[in-house]
Amino acid sequence: MSGNNKHHISYGTYILVWIALLAFTSITVTIAGVNLGRYTLFIALTIAAIKSALVINIFMHIKFDEPIFKTFLGISGATLLVIFLLTFFDFLYR
Amino acid sequence: MSNHTDTAIHHVHRDDVGAKMGMWLFLFTEVLLFGGMFLIYAVYRYQFPDQFHFAAMELNTTMGTLNTIILLTSSLTVALSIAALQGGNKFLSLVFLSVTLLFALMFMVIKYFEWTTKISHGIYPGSPELLGKPNGQILFFGLYYVMTGLHGLHVLVGMVVISFMIVFIARDKVTPDNYVKLENSGLYWHLVDLIWIFLFPLFYLIQ
Repeated sequence: MSGNNKHHISYGTYILVWIALLAFTSITVTIAGVNLGRYTLFIALTIAAIKSALVINIFMHIKFDEPIFKTFLGISGATLLVIFLLTFFDFLYR
Repeated sequence: MSNHTDTAIHHVHRDDVGAKMGMWLFLFTEVLLFGGMFLIYAVYRYQFPDQFHFAAMELNTTMGTLNTIILLTSSLTVALSIAALQGGNKFLSLVFLSVTLLFALMFMVIKYFEWTTKISHGIYPGSPELLGKPNGQILFFGLYYVMTGLHGLHVLVGMVVISFMIVFIARDKVTPDNYVKLENSGLYWHLVDLIWIFLFPLFYLIQ
């Protein structure tokens, strides 16, 4: 039964990931106070993406789960990306 | 399916991978639901960058940061609760889930104070004060209420789901040998956390 023979993650790993998430949160809050002009949004979103990757890979076990779940995630991410790109194409060049 | 249940009197049909696949498909639809809103946000922020910045000054960054820390920590406690149950420690698993519930409640209380402060300042959808502002600011606050509101609704649903898990574990419906329900609830809770990871910088950290 697949539910029981999985890779089990230790408490320590979870706590390390949590510390990393808090560290990234303090970085993003600190950076928001500095005026970096047009890079502000880019940096904030990059940090959010890193935090998401940590949550998805470790907390949500994607890294250790069946490959099909990665495929699902990839498809939903790609769908969103296409929707964003098409919308902005329309919006910017109309 | 493995065949180790064949000897049991009741032939238990269980498909954990299938259950999780269903959950991931559901999360896929959630991503698209919120994705559509982030899309609207992106287009209007591009159109009214200055007014979005100006309107965002009204939001309380301290409360937003506090809620971020609370939600990240609640994600940790859900993960720890699953790890505890995997290790056969039912009591610890229940403790971690109860702590998660407490964090979720704290999140909603902070959200409540945040919203009521805004509303007491006359800023809520359709208020005369808000309608007197430029279009970009009306859009910002409209998106703020809809997106954090829908997210808050997800937190409430998550609280109900976690409460059910506490009952299931206490009554041995969810056990160290059969905990896919708890895993799926955890996945849902992490998704709520993920959405907040993006809401937080987009609404509270525009300076």
